[in-house]
Order: sequence, then C-alpha cells, then structure tokens
Amino acid sequence: MSRPIRRLALVFGLLLVALLVNITVIQVVLAGDYRDRPGNQRILLEEYDRERGPILVGPDPVARSKETGDTLRYLRVYSNGPLYAPVTGFYSLIYGATGLERTENRILTGKSPLFVVDRAEQLFAGLEPRGGAVSTTINARAQRAAFTDLRGKKGAVVAIEPSTGRILASVQSPSFDPNKLSSHDPAAIRAYYTSLESDPAMPLLNRPIVSLNPPGSTFKVVTAAAALASGKYTPDSMLPGPRAYQLPNSTHKIRNWTGQACSSTGLVSLRDALAVSCNTAFAWLGDQLGADALRAQAELMGFDNSFQIPLRAATSRFPEDPDPAQTAMSAIGQFDVRATALQMAMVAATVANNGKTMSPYLVQEIRGPDLGILKTTEPTQFAQALDPLYAAQLADMMVNVVDNGTGSNARISGVRVAGKTGTAQTGNDNPAVAWFIAFAPAQSPEVAVAVVVEDAGAPEVSGNQLAAPIAKDVIEAVLR
Amino acid sequence: MSAAPTLSPDTSTPARKQPTRRNVELVLLVFAWAIGLLGTLQISWAIGEDPSSSLWITAGVVGFLALVMHGVTRWKAPYADPFLLPVSTLLTLLGLVMIYRLDVAAARRAELNGNPAPTPDVFSQLTWFTVAVILFVSVLVLLRDHRILQRYTYTLGLAGLILLVLPLAPVIGTTVNGATLWIRVFGFSFQPAELAKILLTIFFAGYLVEKRDSLALVRTKVLGIGFPRVKDLGPIIIAWLVSLAVLIFERDLGTSLLFFGLFVSMLYIATQRRSWLLLGGVLFAIGAVLAYYAFGHVRLRVTVWLDPWTYAGDQGYQIVQSLFGLANGGILGAGLGQGFPNLVPFANTDFIVAALGEELGLTGLIAILLLYAILVERGLRTAISVRDSFGQLVAAGLSVTMALQVFVIIGGVTRLIPLTGLTTPFLSYGGSSLIANWILVALLLRISDRARRPDLSAPSPDDAVTQVVRRV
Repeated sequence: MSRPIRRLALVFGLLLVALLVNITVIQVVLAGDYRDRPGNQRILLEEYDRERGPILVGPDPVARSKETGDTLRYLRVYSNGPLYAPVTGFYSLIYGATGLERTENRILTGKSPLFVVDRAEQLFAGLEPRGGAVSTTINARAQRAAFTDLRGKKGAVVAIEPSTGRILASVQSPSFDPNKLSSHDPAAIRAYYTSLESDPAMPLLNRPIVSLNPPGSTFKVVTAAAALASGKYTPDSMLPGPRAYQLPNSTHKIRNWTGQACSSTGLVSLRDALAVSCNTAFAWLGDQLGADALRAQAELMGFDNSFQIPLRAATSRFPEDPDPAQTAMSAIGQFDVRATALQMAMVAATVANNGKTMSPYLVQEIRGPDLGILKTTEPTQFAQALDPLYAAQLADMMVNVVDNGTGSNARISGVRVAGKTGTAQTGNDNPAVAWFIAFAPAQSPEVAVAVVVEDAGAPEVSGNQLAAPIAKDVIEAVLR
Repeated sequence: MSAAPTLSPDTSTPARKQPTRRNVELVLLVFAWAIGLLGTLQISWAIGEDPSSSLWITAGVVGFLALVMHGVTRWKAPYADPFLLPVSTLLTLLGLVMIYRLDVAAARRAELNGNPAPTPDVFSQLTWFTVAVILFVSVLVLLRDHRILQRYTYTLGLAGLILLVLPLAPVIGTTVNGATLWIRVFGFSFQPAELAKILLTIFFAGYLVEKRDSLALVRTKVLGIGFPRVKDLGPIIIAWLVSLAVLIFERDLGTSLLFFGLFVSMLYIATQRRSWLLLGGVLFAIGAVLAYYAFGHVRLRVTVWLDPWTYAGDQGYQIVQSLFGLANGGILGAGLGQGFPNLVPFANTDFIVAALGEELGLTGLIAILLLYAILVERGLRTAISVRDSFGQLVAAGLSVTMALQVFVIIGGVTRLIPLTGLTTPFLSYGGSSLIANWILVALLLRISDRARRPDLSAPSPDDAVTQVVRRV
C-alpha cells in the first residue's frame, strides 16, 4: 500500500506548494495593492493608533488626540473648533485632512525625519510612538477678538507681525466645527460635511487665505506706493481731484463716493487724496503711472505670487494687460484686481516694516513628542518692496487717514494707528465688499491687519463702519 | 512531502538495535517551549507591560504538560517518531500565543470602552490543552497496541456516524453562524465532527482491510484505468450521501468535504485503484454542482470567493479583512502585538492563520505550513513503515485528515479556495479540535512506535483479522 501513499504524499506536496505560492502572492506581490484598497482600515488605524501630536496656540493645544474606546484608538478633538478652523483644518476619516492637519501631517504623526532620534528612543524604551507638536504663530487674543467681531458677518481677518511675517490671526466667518468632521461616526461626518458644502456662505472655504475679492480703495496704498517710488510724486504733490474723471479712451466716468470734488479747488494733495479716498485723483494717478509700474509695485508686495504658509494661499492678481481705462480702474482696486485678506495684510505690513515685505508663515516651531523644540521657522524677506523713506511717508499718510480721513473708527487713544478703508463692487448687482487695512503703533508697528467683510451692502462708509472697528479690536488685542 | 520515496519499510533490518531518538524529541520540545515563551514575552513588550507572574506560571504549566507527554512517550512508546510530539506542541503553543495576543486586544478595547474585561480565552484553551494531554496520556497508556482498535471497527464506525449527526439532535444541537456543528451539554460546547473524523478513520481502516480485495476487483478498463464492479459502488455512494447530508442538514461544507475526501483517499490507498479517485472526483463534482445550485449558502460562498471586494462590507467582510491582515503582515510580519488581527472576525478560531500571517508575516506562515507538512509527512512515513494493513490505513487516514483539513481551512482563509468553516488543527481556539488532534497524535505515536519497534516477536493481539471483527 506504500505506492498510493507516496502518490498521495505527492498530491499533498502540490497542495502545499499551492498554499505557499498563494500566500506569497498575497503577502508580497499584492500586499501593496491590498494596503491601498479603499476600505482597508489598517493604514488608517495605524495612524489613528498613534497619538497624533497637538497643534499649539501659545502653550495651549487647540487640536489634540484623545484616547477612546473605539477601534480607532485616538480621537482628534479641537478646543474652540470654529475659532481655529482656518488654521487647524480638520482630520477626517472620510474627507482626509485640511489646514495644518494636512500640511504638517508628517510632523503630527511623527513620521518626519526630524524624529529619527525620538523614534529610536521610543523603540528601545518600548514606548508607543507619538507624533510631534506644531506651535503656531497665532496670537490667541487677536484671533478671538477678530472671531467675536466677525460673528454674524461674512468675511475674514488676517493679522501679521510686520517685522517677521508671523501670522497672528487668521479668522473666518462663517466657520465650521472640525470636531464634527473628525469624529469616528462616518454617517454623522457625511451629514455634517454635506450640510457645509450646500451652505451658500461656504463655511469650508478658508476665507482668510483663499477668498479673492476686489480690494477697492485699500489698493490705493499700492498705487500711492508706486507713485512715491516713481520719484515723480511726494505726499504733497497736487493731483486733479474733480467730481468725475473721464476714463481715457472711454465714455465712462469715475465718480467720487461723495459725488463731490475732493477739494474746493479741484486739486488735492496725494496725502489728502488718500485720506478722503479720492477716486478721481487715484484713477488719474494710475493712468499717469501706467499698468506696468502699478503691477511691479503690487508684485513686490506679493501679488501674482502664491504663498505657502504652509497652507497654500490663493494668488492675488493684478490684471495682466489692462488698457488705460482698465488701468485707471485697477489703480482704485476695481476692474480685475483681486486680493485675499492675507495679501492686503501684507500690503499694510510692508508699509509698516520700512518697505520690507516678509513671507507670511503660520508655523512657529516644530516640537518633539516631549515638546522640545526641534525646528524654528526663521523669518524670510520676500522683497524690499519700497524704499524705507517712501515707506515712512506712506505710513504717515495712512496715519492721516485714521486721524483726519475716512478711517476714523480705527482710532485708539494713545496709539497712532495707520489705516486705509476700502469698499469694492464685485459686480453690478453684488453687494459691496468692505475692507480695512491697518497697522499700529505707527512709529514701531507690532501688528498689521486686514479685515474684509463681504455682502456689506453699503457705500464707501462701510469700510470705516464695518471693517475698521474690527481692525481696531484686533490691534488692541495684540497691543494689550 | 514524499521525502524518501526510494526507502523501503524497515522490514529487512529487525535485528539491529533501533535508536529510540527520545532525546531528539526532548531537545525539540524544549526548543518549542522556548519559542512559545519568547512569543509571549514579545507580546508583553509590545503592549508595554511587564511580564506578569501568571505568564511565568503558564509557561511553567505548559512546560510541565510537554514534559509529561514526553515522559509517557518515553515510557509507553519509546520507539515512536520523535518529531510528531514537538511539532504538535509547537503548533499548540503558537495557537496559545496568538489566542493570548487576541485576548490582550479584546481586553484593551473593553477597558477603553469602560466595559468589564472579557474572560480571557487563553486560560480556557490552556484547560483544554490539559484535558488533551490527559487523553493523550490515556491513549498511550491504555492502548498497548493499535491493532486492538480493529476489534471495534463497527462500534467505532457507529459512534463516529452518531457524532457526525449529533448536532442535528434536538435540545443539545446548536446552530452557530448558520452551521449546525455544535452540541451543548452541561454548558460545554463541543464540535463532535472533530472526534468523528478519528473514529471514522479507524472505521474506514477496519472496514477496508476487510473488504479491500473485492473493492479492488476490476470489471472494466477505460483508458487503461480499471473500474470497480457496480455492486461494489455501495460504500462510496453511502459515504457520498452522508457527506451530502452533512452539507444539507448541518450546512457544514468543511466537514462534508473532509469526510468524503478522507473516505476516497483511504479507498484508494486500500485498493491501489486510481479509478476510486476518479469516481470520487466525479461524485465530488456532481455534489459540488448540486450544492451550488440547490443551496444559497454554498452559492454565496463561491460568489464571495470569486469577488470578495464587491461584498467587502457584508458577506465578504471576513475574507477581505483576512487578506488585508495578510497584506499588512508582508514578508516579516507586523510583529506580535503590533498588528490588528482583531479586525478579522473569528480571529482566534477559523481565521487564526490570518492573525498569525499578519503578525508573523509570510515567514511565519511558511514556517507554520512546514510544521504541518512535517506532521503529515511523519504520519505518512509511519503508514508506510508499519507492517499491518490496518495500522497502515489508520496512520495514512489520520495523516490525510490532517492534510485535507489544513489545506481546506488555510486555502479558504487565504482565498485559494472558497471558504469553509473548519478549525485549524492545534492553532484554533476550541476544546474539541485541540483534544481530537492530540488524540490523533497519540494514535500516530502509538502506530509509529509499533512500526519502529525492533522486537518483531511481540505477539499480535489478533492472529487473524476475521477472528476479531465483531458485529455490533
């Protein structure tokens, strides 16, 4: 009977080979495919199995991981979720991650090469791997002040430290609660996400750095800078400021928001033109300077450039090839000029920082799991956008706007505030967009801020009425 | 597996003193014990806890049990194969380690949920192991010679058949996950099919020894293969019908397959007629097609097997999770305590191979498959070398059940073949399976001791086969 037994042994040998080949195919050849398949929770679980590092504002974690009883071991929780949503973003099972959660993922999961030493230590000590921490540049008081003031409005606030480019506040309204997107309940996440997506106010949009609006009269600061830089104008140069300005090669006329001439004589100084936000004078000035000079000045301050802070900001635009009429319109921040709140804060910060434009950034430090600092972001200069002398002149002009001009609502007793109002029409029927950009204290600026309120629905005064008080509160919050 | 096909059975050299090779067995046992201990320690380290005192006590108990089995073998079956015991012990210990690891995962989850800690399965598995050792010892001590079993061919056959259909009995029969393969007596659950496979192997052996001459008769030759007489087809038809009954009434695809495969293989071994394999294959195909079209649960198994991804959320969940686990393991494995084997439902029973594959990787699975290969190879070698036909058939049959069962369950878990619910010998959590497989090992040891024993003069308990077969 040994022959059939040997034959059976041979058959079993073949079965064994089949099993071996099969598991080799699964565990070696197809393993990568299987890992990447949708529905494979293991990769996710591995990420959720590790304590994800916190995102810090000052010493406080605004996003941190909490151990749960779930299959997913850690839950991401956000203290003051809506307040910091434009900074932290969310960390979702279904929709992935946004904000710093996305850009700093390798830090937060501890997978960055920065953590080689920590990981080796954890391995030898048998500790569970933990992620690193991300310290933001955010100033909690400024953030909260802006958030409180924006409540019920649609808009954004960005505050920058002029000398470094550190972003002190990045606030939007309406916002969303990242806690609800980072929960472990897929159905609830989907429902909430769908409701956010269908909201016409677009709460998921990272308004401070992504939403593009015509900057309106705040762009006159750029035009004024170009005028000073041209060497042909001083703050005292007299410009024509009639009731209406006939656009070159066009039948259209630009009028001032008051419907009046900017002075009784019809001539107005550059300083006064900025103070009263004289449209006719700046449109004339834009035509005189030309599109190239305006664009050059705008680009030195960050227009036509995409910044990664490390979140990717939208590119603010100066029109590519405007005709003279369009150039005149662009000089007062209309036509196709578009800017983010971040960009306009950078304009104010450039004037405040002796004409130096700093690259804006949101991450102050990368810290290890033990919170020891591993890396600090060094401020980098983006451009010397304006001669310091002209910057000082422009700063004085902007102080004049607040002290004697349209920006009265930004006055702070005992502090010299420089500012510029703006109101823009986004289309014929669209409600106006109200702007205010400012920095303070003018003699040694600590904060530059841009406030944009969409759907403001009022004339020129709305920049002063709606946006300036918010800028004032943010400045006070920083200076306090 | 047929490592030495040219070697003839050791009938020619009886006079020389056979080495017992019990010391080899002891060394290998210590080695198996050490591997089990290291695996347990690794889990402790992975979860960041110091090894508890109960861990050391457990290691001691396991070591003691292994020593007991070794001692009894030395005493009662000194010439037995030296690899069977250590390999089975190592497999059992790997199972215990993985069951402990899954306990840890379950406990952690309960703790985080604020639930009371679930009863760890590892201690009840240890208890079953102890029972298995007691039965192992009983078999070696009480069964002096395997040929005694031949006297009880029909008694054992009847008992096996009863065990096979016992889950269908009212009151004690229990349906778990759609399959009726459990009985519940005095609070204990038992899978009688596990024990039935041993009893039926003995029955088949006794029966075939008696009938093989007529079954081997050739009536017609087709394509050079001799086919049996129609009137001799009775037994295989009956076996086929019983298998179908198990499939239909107990919905137990695995047992049905195992039972029929075992019978056909033994028929082939006894008669040396390939036509039986062919016939068996045809009957299997008919049964498979019938089952596919007649039963939704069989059809579902096949559908899920062909395309598990479509059913990843429901019926295919297990197999998809199993594949994900295996993929996560890769070549070297996630490491004990560092994967997510608990994501696969029934990780410590049917899918324990997926759990082991995730944490020990391809390397670990290959090692485990080779352990089974050694076991089957040693069993078949015993079958070849033992002198009596009954012993040959029993040893071969037991090896065949082991091989088939391992192939069917591991092939199912790794999606080589459709999934059928069978336990993984020695590894799976569950008392019936562990006990049955340890009895199986004890029988193989008993037969191999007889095979390698030098004193041929030892009297056979039965001088002639016909004398002893008593009808029941």
